[in-house]
Order: sequence, then structure tokens, then C-alpha cells
Amino acid sequence: MTNITNTAENPFFEKPKYKASELSQTFWENAKLNIFVVQQCKSCQSTRHYPQYLCSHCLSDSYQWKDIENHGKVHSWTVCHHAFHLGFKADLPYTLVTVDMNEPGVRAMGIWRGKSDLQIGMPAKGQFIETNQGGIELIFS
Amino acid sequence: MIKDSACVTGIGETQYSRNSTKNAFQLQLEATLIAISDAGINAKEIDGIIPIGIVSGTSDEFIENLGIEDLRFSSQIPHGGASPVMALQAASAVIKSGICRNVLITFGRNVSAAVHKAGSRIHQMQQFHYVTEFEYPMGNVAPAQIYAPMATRYMQLYGVTSEQFAEVAIACREHAILNGTGLMKKRITLADHQNSKMISDPFRLLDCCLESDGGAAIIVSSPEIARDSKHHRVFISSVAQGHPYSPGAITQRPDMTSLGIAKAAKRAFDIAGVSHKDIDLAEIYDCFTYAVLRQIEDLGFCAKGEAGHFVQNGRIRLGGELPINTHGGLLSQAHVWGLNHIVELTRQLRHQANAAQVENARVGLVTGYGDLGDGAVAVMRRD
Repeated sequence: MTNITNTAENPFFEKPKYKASELSQTFWENAKLNIFVVQQCKSCQSTRHYPQYLCSHCLSDSYQWKDIENHGKVHSWTVCHHAFHLGFKADLPYTLVTVDMNEPGVRAMGIWRGKSDLQIGMPAKGQFIETNQGGIELIFS
Repeated sequence: MIKDSACVTGIGETQYSRNSTKNAFQLQLEATLIAISDAGINAKEIDGIIPIGIVSGTSDEFIENLGIEDLRFSSQIPHGGASPVMALQAASAVIKSGICRNVLITFGRNVSAAVHKAGSRIHQMQQFHYVTEFEYPMGNVAPAQIYAPMATRYMQLYGVTSEQFAEVAIACREHAILNGTGLMKKRITLADHQNSKMISDPFRLLDCCLESDGGAAIIVSSPEIARDSKHHRVFISSVAQGHPYSPGAITQRPDMTSLGIAKAAKRAFDIAGVSHKDIDLAEIYDCFTYAVLRQIEDLGFCAKGEAGHFVQNGRIRLGGELPINTHGGLLSQAHVWGLNHIVELTRQLRHQANAAQVENARVGLVTGYGDLGDGAVAVMRRD
């Protein structure tokens, strides 16, 4: 375990931002509008997340984007007490949560801002928030 | 079936440190020369190379530096800490098929000189692209954070405790002290573990592996070449690999606590023709204490959720029923992607492990674990 404070410390060190790919561009454009979209196979209708070229069920490369409910249930979490990237140092301690979305087969990771006694299966409401640094965070509570 | 098709004939390790003045490739070359000498072969007799890791020298660079005029096999295995054991599978296959007689597997790293520490490197690797795009911006930066939700869910569902994690760290430390080459020299207690800094709940500092500089290398040869070695012959009885689904992001697995090694374990035991009671010791990839417990379960030594109990009462310490990580592992010896685990198992099966020797060790296993859950397991035996 290495302490990162020995690297060039800078209070304005920015958090890493998402870099959209050809496949995920639509996801991020919708996230900016606080809409959660996932790929839906045009052939067999199954949904998938994160974005990929083929439907692993029927191998079709044809898909559309489907809006899903931004809610689900807590799957697991961690409370982070060490900043491995200086951009997150001011946020310590912060909680990362994985949520089984109400859409079958879709799980998301985000930042938990709800009550502290987390439990598996607890309801989680999600919201995409654009940060003032130009990033997008998925906040659950 | 590839069974007992190849032998580990040479092992080499550099000194492990946190302040090496050599770069990763120099460390790799240093370990390689030790392994070649240990095998008692000429460098020109190496006819296969599997360089391990993202900062490794290329096969071409080894050809140039070692003067290998007729390399017959070159391959790379992009599965992080599972790569060294997976390389045993490739090496066994190319030896069995007659393509090669001596395959070099080698790894080196210098992290102390690197600007980017834990948590930056993986985001330069293609296999982590989902984590980098969707999770890194939320603060899911380093392996301790990426793995922690698996451990949380495991503890919640099965009632495993942090105190039970501690025994893995303590056993590794005891063994590192006996081995003597490890970075960590000081004995630790349960209280030390419980008082160590929380990094990413449930992982405390003493649940996390080391960052270190160093190199390790092995030579895998045909059984005929191994017969002429000055060392006792050590066979690679079987190797198998397994991958979780999906492999690219822990968060997207239906069962987040599932590992690839669960698929590999039965294959490896079946091919080797051994059962769990035949295993005298196990070198288990220990990126985190939690990962050791889950692998013990998926290897079939106990049921899922029971490893916390299984490791207690000295069972995994030297002299116990199943000594684990007799060199100290990644937790207390050094982090060279688990190639040190293969070096150590070979040393044990040759009966060259000095104070850390498992008495009359005849059959052992070694695991690799990388890229968030890809797994590999090899069964090895003393001739």
C-alpha cells in the first residue's frame, strides 16, 4: 500500500472524468439529462450494461437504447478511507455502492449519499449529477 | 491430456526491495540469469519465452540480451496475476507437443520509481476499460476499492469476519520471517491487524498486499532435461484456468463473489489425479486476505463461507494440515504477480526451503488470480 501524498500534491487536482467511447456516447449524453439508458437487443429484446457490441444471448449486433428506472436495490458497497487519487481526497470517507437496478440484469456503481447503515436489498434511488468540473456522477440515496 | 508433461527446472528471484535502482527489465534479466544458472542450461537452449506483465521486456529484447538464435515460441498472457500460472499451462503444452524444450517465464517490476502508484496503472490497461470508464470517475480507483464490495457482500451473506481475515495475514507474516527474503520482517498479531488503518472497508492495511521492486523467473523444461538436472525433479502435474462471467467488471457479475478458479479447480485436480488430502501445501495468490479465503473455498478445501473457520487453529501455518504461502506471499514477501509463488512451490518440492520447509512435501498447488477474478491453478509434485 502506497501513500500518494508524496506525488506532486495539488489541492486543485481534478477527479478523473469519463471518456465516452463510440459504444457509450449515447449513455453519457442521456446521463447528462439524468436519464439512465441501457442497450436493448433488437433481436431478442434482452438488455445489457455496460455497453458492448454483441448481444451475448443471441449474438445480434443490432440494438436500441432503452430508458430504465433509475432505482434499484443495494447489492454491495465499500466505505473508502484512503484516496488513491488526489481528486478524491477531499471526499474522504466516501461510500461506493453497487445497485441491482429494477431492470433485470442491470447493475450500476455509484456514490452512496444515503443513511450510513447500509444493508443488502435496501432500496436505492439514483440520480446523475453533472459536476462543476464537467464530470458526471451517479448518486444513490 | 497434458499431465506430468513438463518440469520446473530453474528458479530465480532478485532481492526484493522498495528502492531498487534497476528498471523492471533489468530486474527481469537478473532473475532470468539466476534461473538459467539454477537450471544448469545454456541461455541459448531457451527456445520459448512467455514474458509476464505490462512493463515486461518483449521476447525480442530477451532474444537480443540472451543471444537466443532460434526461438521457437513466444506468447503473452494478458490476465494480470493469473498470468504466471496460466503460463505454466502454455509452457506445458508447447513442451508436450514438441515445439519447445526449455521455456522461460519471467517478470520484473520497479514500482518505487514509478510516478503512478497503485490505482493508476490498471487504468492504462485495456482489460479494465469498463472500470476506467464507468467506475473510476466515481472514485473506484485502486484494487482495494474495486475488490472491497465483493468482500462486503461475502461477509454479509456468510458471516465471515475481519478477525478471520487476519489469520491469513498473520500466517503469511510468520512464513515470511522463516523464509527470510521477504520485505516484512516483524511479527504481527490479531490486534496489529485490527488496529491497522482502514483502507477501503472491509480491507485494512494488513489485508492488502505489498508494493515492491523485484524480479522472478522460472525455466520450464521437458522431463528428459529435468532428469539430468542437479536438482530433484519437480513435475507440473496439471494446470487449468477459469474466467468469471463477466470478466471485465466485478460489478457486472450476477454473483459478485464468484471467481474463475472455481471452474479451474476441478479440472486441475482431475487431470493430476489427486484429491484434496494429497495436497501437502498451497501457495495461494494473496492480493488481499479475502482472496485467499475465497480461493480456499473454490478450490474445494471447504464449502463457501467456511474458509474463515478453516484457516484457524494453525491449519494454514507451517506444521499445520495445509500450510499456505510458505514464503510469505504477496502480503509479506513481495509482489511479483505471484511468480514468487511458483518459485516457492518448486523450492518446497525440492526440499530446499530451509526453515520454512514443509516436512516431506510431495504434492502442492499454486494459484494465480488476476484482472478482478481470472483464475489459474497448477498441481505440482516431487518425482
